Amino acid sequence: MEYYVTAEIIRMGGFILMATVISAAAVIFAGMLGAYAQGIATSKAVEGISKNPESRGEVMSTLIVGCAITETNGIYALLISFILLFVNPIFNAFTAWAAF
Amino acid sequence: MNLDNRAFFTIDVFTDFLEGGIWITETHINTWIIMLIMIILALIIRRKLTKTDTPTGIQNVIELIVDMFDKFIISNLGEKNRKYGNWFFGVFTFLIFANFSGLIGLRPPTADITMTLALSMSTFFIIHIGGFMYNPKGYAKSFLEPFFVFLPMNIIGELAVPVSLGLRLFGNILSGMIILSIIYYIVPWFLAIGWPALLHAYFDVFAGLIQAFIFTVLSLTFISGKLIEKEA
Repeated sequence: MEYYVTAEIIRMGGFILMATVISAAAVIFAGMLGAYAQGIATSKAVEGISKNPESRGEVMSTLIVGCAITETNGIYALLISFILLFVNPIFNAFTAWAAF
Repeated sequence: MNLDNRAFFTIDVFTDFLEGGIWITETHINTWIIMLIMIILALIIRRKLTKTDTPTGIQNVIELIVDMFDKFIISNLGEKNRKYGNWFFGVFTFLIFANFSGLIGLRPPTADITMTLALSMSTFFIIHIGGFMYNPKGYAKSFLEPFFVFLPMNIIGELAVPVSLGLRLFGNILSGMIILSIIYYIVPWFLAIGWPALLHAYFDVFAGLIQAFIFTVLSLTFISGKLIEKEA
């Protein structure tokens, strides 16, 4: 089997790698929004505790569960960026196509 | 970097439909090590326990923990469903040991999606089998709420539970492991003395405890949704 690596294919590969890294970095925005939402939730919880100190235990456990659910979004984004960076599915598909 | 989950050896069975047989990876070995540690600890503690009204030493601590967890289960699931506490205490302690195993240089088994998905699938089956056995009519009705049109959405919602539970634990532990591996990779060894302990304290101990707690609490929340009969 013979392979022909042309300048065109190298340029396309570089472009795909660049796009992969940029999209992996862009996923950070999901984490930013999740952090913002958690900040809102925590500030409201602190307000609630300061108004009503004896409800501390219940507010804390609800807050932790709520923050965990909010965090799921950020975790999904993190997994997507890990897959883009370490597994390289798009680049692998490209090399499989280019070797053809 | 030990990011890859390397295979120690393979067992050549079922080779016609599994590529390369069954792979025994680092996750398996570390899980076995953790199981061994937990079993030995349990046996040692078991030997110290006695039936007295005035417990001393380690029995105090164990009774405190078990009592706390029992109260927690009863407040979440009710007195009738106390038996589920056995499973959840096991999962909770196992998750704590597994998340802390990064402290002694092992790759945490929970940084592997097969492990976390296995645990969350167990939760899924407990939710559905337990819910069906507890209250068959109410269980069937919970899929048709508020109208029967919502049936597909309810099914998708139920299927999303184990996925989100498993991925949350996996993502948290994996991200901590990757950050620590990157730090050990880019910092020369003579500079990486002492201060990475702080990072281990955050990523392994704090995040590990929080994630073990959250996995248990969220599983309990989802199960109590099916087990506790709704009023009116």
